[in-house]
Amino acid sequence: MEKLKTFIGNIGLIALTAITLTSCGNTSEKKATTNASKIAIKGTMKAELTAPPFVPTPVGNRAAKKLIVDMEILEKEGTMADGTTYVYWTFGGSVPGSFIRTRVGDEVEFTLSNHPDNKLPHNIDLHAVTGPGGGATSSFVAPGHEKTFSFKTLNPGLYVYHCATAPVGMHIANGMYGLILVEPEGGLPKVDKEYYIMQGDFYTKGDNGAPGLQAFDMKKAVDEDADYVVFNGKVGALTGDNAITANVGETVRLYVGNGGPNLVSSFHVIGEIFDRVNVEGGSMVNENVQTTLIPAGGSAIVEFKVDVPGTFIIVDHSIFRAFNKGALGMLKVKGEENKKLYSGIKQEGIYHPEGGTIQEMPNNQKVKTVKKKKTLVEKIAAGKNLYTKTCFACHQANGEGIPNAFPPLANSDYLNADVKRSIGIILNGKTGEITVNGKKYNSVMTKQTLTDEEIADVMTYVYNSWGNNKTNVKVSTVQQVKNGH
Amino acid sequence: MNIILRLAICSIFFWSMTANCQSKMTNIKGGTYTPLYGRDSLQVTIGDFLMDVYPVTNQEYILFVTKNPKWKKSKIIRLFADESYLLDWKSDTIINVNQDLKSAVTNVSWFAAKAYCNEKGKRLPTVDEWEYVAMANKKLPDARKLKSYNEYILSWYEKPKTFKKTVGSTFKNYWGVYDLHGLVWEWTSDFNSVLVSGESRKDVDNDSNLFCGSAAIGATDLMNYAAFMRYAIRGSVKAKYTLRNLGFRCVKDN
Repeated sequence: MEKLKTFIGNIGLIALTAITLTSCGNTSEKKATTNASKIAIKGTMKAELTAPPFVPTPVGNRAAKKLIVDMEILEKEGTMADGTTYVYWTFGGSVPGSFIRTRVGDEVEFTLSNHPDNKLPHNIDLHAVTGPGGGATSSFVAPGHEKTFSFKTLNPGLYVYHCATAPVGMHIANGMYGLILVEPEGGLPKVDKEYYIMQGDFYTKGDNGAPGLQAFDMKKAVDEDADYVVFNGKVGALTGDNAITANVGETVRLYVGNGGPNLVSSFHVIGEIFDRVNVEGGSMVNENVQTTLIPAGGSAIVEFKVDVPGTFIIVDHSIFRAFNKGALGMLKVKGEENKKLYSGIKQEGIYHPEGGTIQEMPNNQKVKTVKKKKTLVEKIAAGKNLYTKTCFACHQANGEGIPNAFPPLANSDYLNADVKRSIGIILNGKTGEITVNGKKYNSVMTKQTLTDEEIADVMTYVYNSWGNNKTNVKVSTVQQVKNGH
Repeated sequence: MNIILRLAICSIFFWSMTANCQSKMTNIKGGTYTPLYGRDSLQVTIGDFLMDVYPVTNQEYILFVTKNPKWKKSKIIRLFADESYLLDWKSDTIINVNQDLKSAVTNVSWFAAKAYCNEKGKRLPTVDEWEYVAMANKKLPDARKLKSYNEYILSWYEKPKTFKKTVGSTFKNYWGVYDLHGLVWEWTSDFNSVLVSGESRKDVDNDSNLFCGSAAIGATDLMNYAAFMRYAIRGSVKAKYTLRNLGFRCVKDN
């Protein structure tokens, strides 16, 4: 009976608070946060945990509950890139760790289990926790043991969690981070697609691309000299068949985190503008954003409507990280083209700055009109120069390409099979799936604006490098292809 | 009668080892050194002592529990070892098919390790003694400043399931001791004097002897990182805990 009275009393109090809140106008939001500690919980549920790039079901209208989270720590070997493996330390078996979804006022009962085969003690610091160490002090757990602690979620937002056991940097560098979302009461506005992406930098004994099991390199980590900068723990976690998808007209929401340990992310989706960004994962919303900065140990929620079909490349716009260290993902959008929004190529022509006729610079020196025919060595030298200016960014310094994004030119069966086809690709560009050395690529190469001679030079360089078939590509062959013969 | 029985058991189990039924020990000459957590003013002096050449093996531990039944898996008092005590053993005196008699015994508590050493007329090493011997590589008594030494230790931390290796499979150090790095963690008598709260960043602020600011803030060199992890594991356990990666060896005063 006494309990019932208290209960009724509480209802009265809540009702009163609600009235007070509505009458407060602008300051109501601030008050709501302060009062989150008073939200009563109703019932118990087990939290759904998901591996990236997926997120659990939205909280919707559910009441605050006691939320049971069971998370296991696993130290295990995984793939960093094609042919390169790494021993990851993980929350829930994935990098980043399992996504946790809560609402304001939830009382989270968190059990952290450290697998018996693990060598090291670990703990967890959740940035969503208000309390010493963010839970780290209460969750320090030896291998083969588990620890339980609980906390109430007071502030809505998207928060990073990570291991904070000495040496902290090494635990984070090995993949011990993830995201916990605290939704406001009533949930975030409904969208069509939601995904979980987290950036991290990795430091390996061998340089980027070195094969075999690569050990962690503490020296490089201290120097902040990353070998890999990736989304979701490995190169290619979000490309090719692993790309995230949406349909034209849908609204996509990305929960983006940055585990670090060192680097700050300039998060950008090529060919999209973020309609809304929850800056730093908090309550401030910015609109019409091209690139959003995500600090190490921070996050952002980005939202955009996809209006046209195609493949949209997700990058850290510190761009060498994207094309040389792995920070590259893909969003594939299917649906009807909308030429009003994006036309594709409408027309192409020759651009003459001085008009169509005058081509010779006024010059005291005599202009040589008859060009000397270049030797093979000269062609290769000229081609190499062009290659580093034009082709290098995608196909890489030694023609090795980028796994799952840009096909290799080195020792390439596709290239060697058909010279004219290759010339055609430079002249006209190439879109769609091709198979090179047994691997499928589905990317876009734009048409290159090179002269016939330049094409002949650069192709000759490529064919005479990296184990290709040494074809000497003639200007006349280029012209043949151009004229459709 | 008792002696005859002991000799018989010795000859069965230790035919490959030394005749005196004691695992091999080696002389450690004492000295003064600066531990991880120390400043120059906090040097530690170690006296001479003897240390087991190898960690205690499954084989040796079977013999121990046979003679001291109260330390058997089925008899152990929960106060002295948690539920994982000798977890992977098939029974009280038989190990599992995937285990090796010559591997280090693991999943033993501090109480059990202490009792074992007592029974042999030995004791567990202190943290300072253990660290003193463990800072040697093959050639030098203190190799902590060498990159290769630290890289070796760090790389061990990343190798899975090293507890399955047999004793003696890593390098013999300056003192003639094997396997201090590379197989399993080892119990020390005063492991719980390590003041690691589990919140390593807080430890940085603590003005305690261990993990004082100077050690933690200056921890950019690999030397400290390797040792940090040992102190972390010591800080994470309690005396009744048993871990798949935690074994022990004994020492004896000279």
